[in-house]
Amino acid sequence: MPTQTTTPTQYEMVVGLEVHAQLKTASKIFCGCSTKFGAAPNTQTCPICLGMPGVLPVLNRRVLEMAVKTGLALHCQISPYSRFSRKNYFYPDLPKGYQISQYELPLCEHGYLEVALPAGQAGVNGQIKRIGIHRAHMEEDAGKNLHEGLEAASHVDLNRAGVPLLEIVSEPDIRSVDEAVAYLKTLRDILVYLDVCDGNMEEGSLRCEPNLSLRPVGQKEFGTRVELKNINSFRFVQKAMEYELRRQEKVLREGGRIVQETRLWNTEKEITVVMRGKEEAHDYRYFPEPDLVPLIIPQELIEEVRKTLPELPDSKRERFVREYGIPVYDAEVLTTSKDLAHYFEACVEVYPQPKTVSNWIMTELLRELKNSGQEIADGPIPPDRLAGLLKMIDNGTISGKIAKTVFEEMYRTGRPPEEIVKERGLVQISDEGAIETLIDEVLQAHPDERESYRQGKSQLLGFFVGQVMKRSQGKANPGKVNELLKRKLGET
Amino acid sequence: MNLAQFTIHELHEQLKNRKTTSGELTRSVLQRIEAVESRIHAFTTVTAELALAQAEAADRWLRSGRPVHPLTGIPIALKDNLCTKGVRTTCASRILENFVPPYDATVVGRLKESGAVFIGKTNMDEFAMGSSTENSAWGLTANPWDLNRIPGGSSGGSAAAVAADACIAALGSDTGGSIRQPAAMCGVVGLKPTYGRVSRYGLVAFASSLDQIGPLTKDVTDCAILMKSISGSDSFDSTSADVPVENYTGLLNRDLSGLQIGIPKEYFIDGMDPEVLHAVKEAVRTMEKLGAKTREVLLPHTEYAIATYYILATAEASSNLARYDGVKYGSRAKPTKDLLEMYMKTRQAGFGPEVKRRIMLGTYALSSGYYDAYYRKAQCVRTLIKNDFDEAFKQVDVIVTPTAPSAAFKIGEKTKDPLQMYLSDIFTISVNIVGIPAVSMPCGFTQTGLPIGLQIMGRPFAEATVLNAAYAYEQATEWRKKKPNL
Ligand SMILES: [Zn+2]
Repeated sequence: MPTQTTTPTQYEMVVGLEVHAQLKTASKIFCGCSTKFGAAPNTQTCPICLGMPGVLPVLNRRVLEMAVKTGLALHCQISPYSRFSRKNYFYPDLPKGYQISQYELPLCEHGYLEVALPAGQAGVNGQIKRIGIHRAHMEEDAGKNLHEGLEAASHVDLNRAGVPLLEIVSEPDIRSVDEAVAYLKTLRDILVYLDVCDGNMEEGSLRCEPNLSLRPVGQKEFGTRVELKNINSFRFVQKAMEYELRRQEKVLREGGRIVQETRLWNTEKEITVVMRGKEEAHDYRYFPEPDLVPLIIPQELIEEVRKTLPELPDSKRERFVREYGIPVYDAEVLTTSKDLAHYFEACVEVYPQPKTVSNWIMTELLRELKNSGQEIADGPIPPDRLAGLLKMIDNGTISGKIAKTVFEEMYRTGRPPEEIVKERGLVQISDEGAIETLIDEVLQAHPDERESYRQGKSQLLGFFVGQVMKRSQGKANPGKVNELLKRKLGET
Repeated sequence: MNLAQFTIHELHEQLKNRKTTSGELTRSVLQRIEAVESRIHAFTTVTAELALAQAEAADRWLRSGRPVHPLTGIPIALKDNLCTKGVRTTCASRILENFVPPYDATVVGRLKESGAVFIGKTNMDEFAMGSSTENSAWGLTANPWDLNRIPGGSSGGSAAAVAADACIAALGSDTGGSIRQPAAMCGVVGLKPTYGRVSRYGLVAFASSLDQIGPLTKDVTDCAILMKSISGSDSFDSTSADVPVENYTGLLNRDLSGLQIGIPKEYFIDGMDPEVLHAVKEAVRTMEKLGAKTREVLLPHTEYAIATYYILATAEASSNLARYDGVKYGSRAKPTKDLLEMYMKTRQAGFGPEVKRRIMLGTYALSSGYYDAYYRKAQCVRTLIKNDFDEAFKQVDVIVTPTAPSAAFKIGEKTKDPLQMYLSDIFTISVNIVGIPAVSMPCGFTQTGLPIGLQIMGRPFAEATVLNAAYAYEQATEWRKKKPNL
């Protein structure tokens, strides 16, 4: 009897991300309190954000403008008529017993975000995937419960209560952990580009809650989804999702069922644990917030905000490829931050060889920045100096190899390349007489190799070039060395 | 005549002409409170010291010869759901027993600026939920016309205080009739302004889309004076309207010729007290004699108003009252073993039965699976009721009805039957649902000597028209001159 073999089911993950971005306003969403992070507990509060009896919210216009701006950047439709709703639940960090959010009529809907998939993913470097944005809406943050150092008591810090948030909900279009991370990074870049959020996950100004489910490859219906909370860094987004992916796969392989629930990421143990099941899910009793009038967004406002939109990473990337003729991958890297892109363009303006500039930025400059932990804006090499250095290679003042040494010193000391080259006598030797002297010295020192070369071992030319360069401390013009060496070796 | 018996405009003349001082007036009102308070219990807090200090400041101002506001030096009582900086604001609820707001309601701030004197906080149904002031955690208020009867509610303390000369005028709040119905029961003038006419900032919310603050006064002129002072947009209340405030006092004297009065047949129902019916019909005849034209109008969705109201108001209330959780302010039950128990015990001990009933009703109406059947449907009916009034106001300038189906009922008469109690607001509720202004004023007395209220409704922001009609009728009658025998 033939044994029946079945190939094990392959699972595909389906992920949607809920991101809460803290909007960079000076004051809270419904009162005048400061939003500054790190103040002593309850020092940035007033009757309104404390939810005292009789107080009323008044919308901070800056929040609306930032939300519209973000919505436009995410290619969303901005609803001409939108409104706030109350999300009702009891918790000590929620002073009013409800959170003012948006529910039925959110401000932004039906957008998308284009994400460049990382290397190895889908085969090709820099492949672009479009991930849908379901909605983006404004809401207020809650406060924070404090338990540390308190015995049998909890305290509440309401400094954060009323800080403006934009909740951005993706469509369940994400199919891998890498895609999720790429989406999150791209979204963060955009928010930072727009100057609406500082993107700091550790301080909680960017929070991410993945919804994750598995289904057998080929199946159309989604599996039962699990919501993950309490993730406060990019690394943990990845780890939490990887863990959850393994956990769900194991459950399914063992014939079990996934339960619809909310799970918390435990940073120490690096696992997810059940927070609440479906039965314990809140009934938030949403209803329209009667204390705030409906938002009528005139087309003029949308157009006005649209004018303030900077060129976004995706269109900038396309333009870099088109205008400068650099590869998609280079363009992707160069547009990850506004400052980096600006640096590149400033450099190319003075030294119009985009690919060379791109190479130098992507290898030398980014490496140094990474090692020193600096941002490009505070880096010690302004773009015109890098351009100056590249020009010195072109006009033969220094060799490419020397240029790298000069670059390192420029980075370390913040001095201009001309000064370094001059002071350290790094100017390239192009004088034929001087190079010939060096060649003669080398040929004399290596009679055996010279003999072998003459007998046909022409690959020894490289050896001689290396020796000459070494003797010149790298300053000899390599082209000239080559040319003169060939002539000399041929002579004899 | 005792100083406390005069109106704002009479006292303003006396103060301006140095016939009296705010200090004298304030002392006279405080004496009156002392004399009647044990019988009517109109106040939750009497702020004698504050009042005397404010009176002194008002007198300094009056002596300085600078321009004087009509309210300067006038003792005003405030319903205990209006936040007063440094003065206990309880909403007649145990849960706010010791709550002292660190801020003034916008209306309180405006009155302060005009130099008014705050005599005290008045009793009310807990969180303004009720029609008789029997739902106060601090005990009921009696009707000055008959101490065995209710003063109406929820602004029963304010209405009783005005009727009993225990203040010169008062502010109340009206969510479904809470200014007008007690005004009718106590024989005073009470106005519910257009939604958005007066800032709600600092009014402890019951139902945010229905609440409005308004005056309770001894006559229509005082009502106009107080309205002028508290109206206008406020940057702290997004729902306050940016509509210019008219000169209400200046517009009182217009005659009524050409005024179109609508009489909705749905408001003259079977089982209505015949004395009320008679008084209102007489009032309409008087207005006709003054030159007004009357015609019947239709408000066909009136019968759904109470049901609509009790869904919308309780839904909003269930959310508005969630903040009273024992965490930040107000009372907290102790000891408790965990958070949930703290919430439950605090709210169980802090809220009275009517408040709990409405929180439960509202929570139910908003619950998933019921939202569409209740809350959403009620919002739809709200639109239908609004359309009724829009149609009617295409034909008429004002609509005249009784304020309540009967005069003041006996204490305890309806407490066992919430539904009967809810029905006492049947004529006032639509006005809040629609958001229009309406005044209640005396239009006669029952044979047993109880006041009867006449209600005049107007178009949105047509307070001047409503007050003008009320003033003309008032001046043609003598009802305002009658005082309760306390
Ligand atoms: Zn605040």
